[in-house]
Amino acid sequence: MNTSDSAQPPGPSSRPAAATLEFRDATKRYPGQDHPAVDGLSLEVPAGEICVLVGPSGCGKTTAMRMVNRMIDITSGDILLDGSSVRERRPAELRREIGYAIQQIGLFPHLSVAGNVATVPRLLGWPQDRIRARVDELLELVNLDPHETRDRFPAQLSGGQRQRVGVARALAVDPPLMLMDEPFGAIDPINRERLQNEFLRLQREIRKTIVFVTHDIDEAIKMGDRIAVMRQGGKLAQYAPPAELLMYPQGRFVEDFVGSDRALKRLALQRVRDVDLWKAPLVRVGEPVAEARAKATESEVPYPLLVDGEGKPLGWLSEKGMQGERVEPELRSNPDPVLELEDVLRDALSDLLQEEAQYGPVVDHRGQVVGVLSIEILGHALRSDPDEVPSGADAAA
Amino acid sequence: MSAPLAQLRIREDPTESCEADNGFCPDWIADNFDRYVDPFFEHVYLTVVAVAIGFAISFALALIAYRRRWLVSPITQVTGILYTIPSIAAFFLLLPLTGRGKTTALIALVAYVLLIIFRNVLAGLDNVPDETKDAGRGMGLTDRQLLWRVEVPLALPEIMAGLRIAVTTTVGLATLAFFAGAGGLGGQIFSDITFKSNVVVAGGLAVLLAAALDGLILLVQRGITPWTRAVAAR
Repeated sequence: MNTSDSAQPPGPSSRPAAATLEFRDATKRYPGQDHPAVDGLSLEVPAGEICVLVGPSGCGKTTAMRMVNRMIDITSGDILLDGSSVRERRPAELRREIGYAIQQIGLFPHLSVAGNVATVPRLLGWPQDRIRARVDELLELVNLDPHETRDRFPAQLSGGQRQRVGVARALAVDPPLMLMDEPFGAIDPINRERLQNEFLRLQREIRKTIVFVTHDIDEAIKMGDRIAVMRQGGKLAQYAPPAELLMYPQGRFVEDFVGSDRALKRLALQRVRDVDLWKAPLVRVGEPVAEARAKATESEVPYPLLVDGEGKPLGWLSEKGMQGERVEPELRSNPDPVLELEDVLRDALSDLLQEEAQYGPVVDHRGQVVGVLSIEILGHALRSDPDEVPSGADAAA
Repeated sequence: MSAPLAQLRIREDPTESCEADNGFCPDWIADNFDRYVDPFFEHVYLTVVAVAIGFAISFALALIAYRRRWLVSPITQVTGILYTIPSIAAFFLLLPLTGRGKTTALIALVAYVLLIIFRNVLAGLDNVPDETKDAGRGMGLTDRQLLWRVEVPLALPEIMAGLRIAVTTTVGLATLAFFAGAGGLGGQIFSDITFKSNVVVAGGLAVLLAAALDGLILLVQRGITPWTRAVAAR
């Protein structure tokens, strides 16, 4: 692969390339140490997927990541990027083709945001106007206003903005592979959640191959297409997609590491739109009571749900509202919690428990009711694998 | 100047009462200001050239020692010894080797600033955050690019602070350069050390020079390190 080719950014329409990555018995041994830091790591990351390296501190996950761009050189074995060995590449050139984002972000304090983002394009000798256009494009991609942020220094940004600039900088020359070492580690929990979601949305667009290091199993489950659990001594304990890891943890170590609440954690893998919802018995004010009663009997939900003219939920209809010929706006309770199709099941469950509700209406992005989610449905989701004893179901009941 | 410490009578009219009293005489100063101009520029020359050479040497030494840490301690020791030799002693030690004149004075002055600048440059480079260097390397900067594009720029505040100390110190020390026959404001001060007008003007010019050079470096520093003044906007 030659540098100038791989450095070409795609036009706005062309599809960005992603690389496959393969660790082949990769080992790092430091002189004078009894055990290798990374011990015979073998795994493949398909193009366009996020591979999370997770494990307790000292398990070699960061070392494994840094072996990819030769920040640390492997002792034996090999690492293949799109089939060709990284050992044959000159480190500086190799690194310019691999996006790199670390926990402390490491923005250059003496350069403006634009200067930071332009680091690798400048190394590759892009012309000024192309760099300027690319910087603005990247800042927009990570939800920063180019006009407002371009000329600021890192010290003038919030933690979340710095993190976004770090991601933009790592993406500058549209690298086929990105290395991210606890990129959200230094961010407070609320912003962290937002940045994770933002990054997942971004990844759906850019489809990079990503090696993502974290010590946090919840983050691993949320971010990873595949998760490599590593243990002390630099050994790979298990490499599997999140659902499989939670359903079939191999051995005591992985089982303990994913935690006893792994059944509940599986709820974090599915969204409300992924499960079969109950049909909502929707009624409107003025509708014949007979029809409303019929709907309620048909549905698994015992009470009709009153909606407004646009189909947005108003609340559960009381018996009093069905005394006359026509439905009256008499509510037994508000519709809370109102759930969204994009909510993960774990959050939906938490909302239901918080409101002490058995079920809640589910709305789409316009706020219109599309169905009802119940504790019962969540129970089914937990039991969806016959081999899996839903140990978390007790907590949910 | 064969006898540097000889007291010359620079007062032409010692009968005039102010001058006779060794007082502060504005009229005399106005009439005699010309005699300070050449020594002043000699002083500027000595200071600027000594600091420039000293900076070049110690900056190079600091860059070398930054990559080869084992050199830090020997360089610190040698420049430390040079720093502790009293400059007057240095002038007289050098006289048999380099003779009287500016060369001798410059060697002694340069030797004196090496430690100050060396330590400041090295401290500046050492204070560059590890994560910044790691990010730079991880993005594919070579060691040389990292040094010139990241580490040296980030060390600038400390480097410039070292330069400011070096310059003000050198202005003071250069007043002794006339012992080596290099002229400067020191020659004027010692030409008539009992005459208040003379000491005030010559000494005052040295102080002004130190302040001016210090201010100049500070201005340059502000110009080339804009990020240090960037305050959090939110």
